[in-house]
Amino acid sequence: MEMVNIKINGRDYSVPADSKIIDAARIAKIEIPTLCYLKGINEIGACRLCLVEVKGARGLMAACVTGVTEGMEIFTNTPKVREMRKTNLELVLSTHKKECLSCIRSQSCELQKLCRDLGVTEEDRFAGKNVEYPKDESTAFLVRDNDKCILCRRCVAACKNMQGIGVIDALNRGFDTHIGSAFEQPLAATSCVSCGQCIVACPVGALYEKDDTDKVWEALNDPTKHVAICTAPSIRATIGECFGYEPGTDTEGKMVAAIKRLGFDGVYDMNLTADLTIMEEATEFLERMKTGKNLPLITSCSPGWIKFCEHYFPEFTDNLSTCKSPQQMFGAMYKTYYAKKRGIDPADIVFVSAIPCTAKKFEVRRPGESAAGEGIYDVDYAITTRELARMIEKAGINYRELDDEKFDEPFDIGSGAGAIFGATGGVMEAALRTAAEVILGKKLEKVDFEDVRGTAPIKTATYKLGDTEVRVAVASGTKNARELLNKVKSGELKVDFIEIMACPGGCVNGGGQPVQSAAVKAAVDLKAKRASILYNADKHLAVRKSHENLAVQKIYDEYLEKPGSHLAHEILHTYYIKRGL
Amino acid sequence: MITIEQLNAVRKEYAPKVEMRHGHGHFVDAGDGIRKDVLICGGTGCTSSNSMAVRDALLAELKTAGIADEIKVVTTGCFGLCALGPIMIVYPEGTFYSKVKPEDIPEIVKEHLVGGRPVRHLLYHETVKGDEILALDQTPFYAKQKRVALRNCGVIDPECIQEYIAVDGYQALAKVLTTMTPSEVIKVVLDSGLRGRGGAGFPTGRKWMFAEAQPAGKKYVVCNADEGDPGAFMDRSVLEGDPHAVLEAMAIAGFAIGADEGYIYVRAEYPIAVHRLQVAIKQAEEMGLLGENIFGTGFNFKITLRLGAGAFVCGEETALLTSIEGHRGEPRPRPPFPAVKGLFGKPTIINNVETLANICQIILNGAEWFASMGTEKSKGTKVFALGGKITNTGLVEIPMGTTLREVVEEIGGGVPNGKKFKAAQTGGPSGGCIPAEYIDTPIDYDNLIAIGSMMGSGGLIIMDEDTCMVDIAKFFLEFTVDESCGKCAPCRIGTMRLLETLEKITSGNGTLEDIDRLEELSEYLKSASLCALGQTAPNPVLSTLRYFRDEYVAHVVDKTCPAHVCKNLMKYKILPDMCKGCTACARKCPVGAITGAIKAPHTIDPEKCIKCGVCITTCKFGAIVKE
Amino acid sequence: MKKKLTTVVFEDTPEKADKLAALISEYKDVEGSLMPVLQGAQDIYGYLPIEVQKKIAEGLGLSLSEVYGAVSFYSQFALNPKGKVAVSVCLGTACYVKGSGKLHEKCMEITGIGAGDISPDGRFSYEATRCIGACGLAPVMTVNGDVYGRITPSDVEGIIKKYL
Repeated sequence: MEMVNIKINGRDYSVPADSKIIDAARIAKIEIPTLCYLKGINEIGACRLCLVEVKGARGLMAACVTGVTEGMEIFTNTPKVREMRKTNLELVLSTHKKECLSCIRSQSCELQKLCRDLGVTEEDRFAGKNVEYPKDESTAFLVRDNDKCILCRRCVAACKNMQGIGVIDALNRGFDTHIGSAFEQPLAATSCVSCGQCIVACPVGALYEKDDTDKVWEALNDPTKHVAICTAPSIRATIGECFGYEPGTDTEGKMVAAIKRLGFDGVYDMNLTADLTIMEEATEFLERMKTGKNLPLITSCSPGWIKFCEHYFPEFTDNLSTCKSPQQMFGAMYKTYYAKKRGIDPADIVFVSAIPCTAKKFEVRRPGESAAGEGIYDVDYAITTRELARMIEKAGINYRELDDEKFDEPFDIGSGAGAIFGATGGVMEAALRTAAEVILGKKLEKVDFEDVRGTAPIKTATYKLGDTEVRVAVASGTKNARELLNKVKSGELKVDFIEIMACPGGCVNGGGQPVQSAAVKAAVDLKAKRASILYNADKHLAVRKSHENLAVQKIYDEYLEKPGSHLAHEILHTYYIKRGL
Repeated sequence: MITIEQLNAVRKEYAPKVEMRHGHGHFVDAGDGIRKDVLICGGTGCTSSNSMAVRDALLAELKTAGIADEIKVVTTGCFGLCALGPIMIVYPEGTFYSKVKPEDIPEIVKEHLVGGRPVRHLLYHETVKGDEILALDQTPFYAKQKRVALRNCGVIDPECIQEYIAVDGYQALAKVLTTMTPSEVIKVVLDSGLRGRGGAGFPTGRKWMFAEAQPAGKKYVVCNADEGDPGAFMDRSVLEGDPHAVLEAMAIAGFAIGADEGYIYVRAEYPIAVHRLQVAIKQAEEMGLLGENIFGTGFNFKITLRLGAGAFVCGEETALLTSIEGHRGEPRPRPPFPAVKGLFGKPTIINNVETLANICQIILNGAEWFASMGTEKSKGTKVFALGGKITNTGLVEIPMGTTLREVVEEIGGGVPNGKKFKAAQTGGPSGGCIPAEYIDTPIDYDNLIAIGSMMGSGGLIIMDEDTCMVDIAKFFLEFTVDESCGKCAPCRIGTMRLLETLEKITSGNGTLEDIDRLEELSEYLKSASLCALGQTAPNPVLSTLRYFRDEYVAHVVDKTCPAHVCKNLMKYKILPDMCKGCTACARKCPVGAITGAIKAPHTIDPEKCIKCGVCITTCKFGAIVKE
Repeated sequence: MKKKLTTVVFEDTPEKADKLAALISEYKDVEGSLMPVLQGAQDIYGYLPIEVQKKIAEGLGLSLSEVYGAVSFYSQFALNPKGKVAVSVCLGTACYVKGSGKLHEKCMEITGIGAGDISPDGRFSYEATRCIGACGLAPVMTVNGDVYGRITPSDVEGIIKKYL
């Protein structure tokens, strides 16, 4: 790597020649404050907080967009720089609705942290005129409170640049600039896919998930209700971050212990229905391979992806697997098979899922997701990792001090295949493990399909299974999905089976996951760190294939008969809508 | 494809046809039976005062008089004296008619064009000295001017490429393509000392050099014709009067940096300029002066016209590029500079219209010729749009180094109505004011910056004693607040807070701390804003504070507006000694604030008065005053 | 700068729709063509209602929000049709110094609407514009494109009446 020699605050450093000043400063163990910067996604130099002095330069330079050059002398901590940053924050505060005590982002707010770090003592020094905006609460999954928006445009970049969607943009000009959708339409009227990447991009409390925890508390307090919860594969890998653990810390046991203390009647592992999904989807895949119909088969676990497909690629909805997502399968099984088994009226069951995803809040009210009868939703409430963590906090549970506990029977077993659902490529690998054994008619010697792992935007591989060649492709992030599908559409890419996740990196990087600051995101590969937990779990599990999961086998034996059966279709499968734009 | 020989043939044919317009006073026989050329201004100023109706009346009258074949009527670009429009000049004698109305035409045709006797009472009064009729360049307005960028404005028909060729048009391009290397072209431009006329005054040759130094490949030449400073219309006049000069210069720039494509980004508010550019591009393409293989040299250059849509910030070069690319016209951080990464990510030079209008002359006459005009660090001439409280509003081109006094008192004819010159504002919302004590400052880039203003694109607004400097600062801040793109936090929020503070002061609620706040915010905006719009937005505040701080203090301490402009700080008063008690004012007052008995001094109830000023205009005795 | 959303019902004709389609296909593959397409569309319809912007977004492969983001950025793009009597006053420096602020107030008084508005009956629209370049005639107002220079507030009513 080509290096250049620079000075930061008088000290010598050798840094990669393609570094921006902000990267170079990080090498020098200096974190330059920013609000608008999101590495690789939003590099627009708009917030002006990262201004530094550079010897010989005409004015202050924005560290986030200015590249280093040989011999550059940078000063990040001069009186002028400190003064500018402070005034900048004071001006931003003059347009920000300061509900800091009650704000959902209190203590995870980047603006709040910077105000503290940079010594802002007067909140209202530049108080003046403000434009007031109505809150947008039109969707099931998201609230936009523009009164708190600081116009960093990270959400716009996440939506437009990262996800390739662009249902929001900067509107109007000057002091009237705000973020919104065309013609000030509510978000629900747009082709938003509900991935929630805008939320995790937001440095302040202007964007947040629609909170369903009150409804869950209410159910928990209702003695007539049977309240159960299942947790998605990825959240055990992330929820620790809400309690101060480093990204990449597995706290499954503590998570289960904490949830049990909230008063649920059952705490289950969604890995199990991930396996169930594989049973159905692998069967569906083999069937389609046989008939050649509606190929390539495309996975359906990610509701953000489903909505994306329905809006932007309606011509592909017939290619979607008709399998419900693991979350919906869980609720559906619970309110049919398990309710019957235990003699509970499904109408008295409140089924909650804890998920890394905001789109799941949309999914729970989709049509065709009421296996136990009309009006009885498979899943009543989907709460994000963040909401679950807030419930645990509210209950005063000392998460870090808990001893590990285990999920409740009989839905406590997941295979390694189910575990890796939470990372991009995981569903594909899980399906291949099962499909390959069916096709080959024997046990695989090696269950790792490493070509489909990792955080590359698009991955392709071809596997020769006996006489059958299976061509697969994996994409995460809707922008990459668009690219992949366009290639399939044009015939440039020929594949049989596609896995798509709406969020880049898959569920570990979902829109419902713990929010990390831009600084952490720039320094740590969150996607890879979080995913490593899942692959690690998979490696150490005795059962690594969905069809070998005994709990799954039991469900078929006792109830569903076999994968793809008539009953399985009734309970575990769904349909899609060609929405268009 | 056109050859140089063919170009020269056109020049030879048409040169005699335009020759007599060069002001030497004698007839030139072009062999086409034309006795006289009558030039009518078709610029925006004159067409707004109906010059096209005058032209139509003239054409009809010439027919009636049977001399349509002898008199050529030419619609030209701006002559500069916009306040006197519609303007009409008759050559070879060069008689200058001002404020011509269609009904004046029969007399002019009968007396002058048929009878040979200029109609004296319709002439521009400055050209009538007793019995003598002066030529235009003998009048004070023109005497001190030096027309380089405007040389063809008001001389040729901008919609006729042959007339442009007749005055050496496209000779510079021919010279460059056939006898010079790109680096030679750049050297000439560098040596001429030409600096960008759009605002910051960056040396044009250096800009070209940077772009030329980029690896070969797709590059662009962009002409910035998004002239947005309120009160500035130099670029418009060049485009309306001499569009080919800009096209030719762009092609030369393209050759110099290795670009084969150019864009002109022009304000949509300039329909005439847009039309003339469209016509000019089409004519140049048809003649092979733009397009493929120009003059058979293998050099290609095409020009696309793009219209702005009403955003001042798009005059900032990176915002302009973003706009051409089809987005919100928001600036982007520099570096990378456009010369490295510009339009569609390719190396790009962006030059303003007036800058380009100098290029062909520099190529033809040499760097030394250009560098012989102006001051040490500011070469050549500068076009200013003179406006505000000045007798001769219009367009003037002066050598750099001309003093403000010469511009105001001689060229501009002074401040009207016997009022006193208070300050001149240059550089529009990015600039500052020059107070009376600096009226003898030679105008150039560095002097203006030294006294806290800037050249800007060339708006020069004259203010008299009735102008409140705090109000002017507020006016410009209103403008920048309105035009701030909203991308960067300092400009979006800071300009609004600055404006609010000014509003507080002009409404009489200001404190001395507010003046400190103005300074603090201004310094902050200068350093922290993303682009020049925000960085220069505080200039009107800083420069008025610098020279007219006492006016600010009067507003906040004495709660008065010395110029009697700020409504909330103003009282209307009837002077009892002067009041005759005629009751006229009381009857006209829309809110019944004036009372008094007939033939007795009246009084105004300040509680009721809305300060509309009707009473002052009503009073015949000058008994009502503002204080 | 804030854009006012329209309350006027969109009226299309097959001729206009064809023109728009032709415009879009002309510019479809031109780099950065959003601005000329929006300008062309505004020439066709007089303003840029959602129905038109949707077609443009689809035709050029852009998101509607991006198109609207641009439309709402530039003051010349209109979300409202022009009134039968379209009045505007120049608030450029030269005009302002010569008192166009008072013309501005007078125009709002006579038309009964604010800057950037159209009256509910579609009769008036009013705009306060930036410099239109007729500084020599300051202060200036225009009605339906006709320029009136060197006027005082008392002239305004008479000028507007000519168009009623």
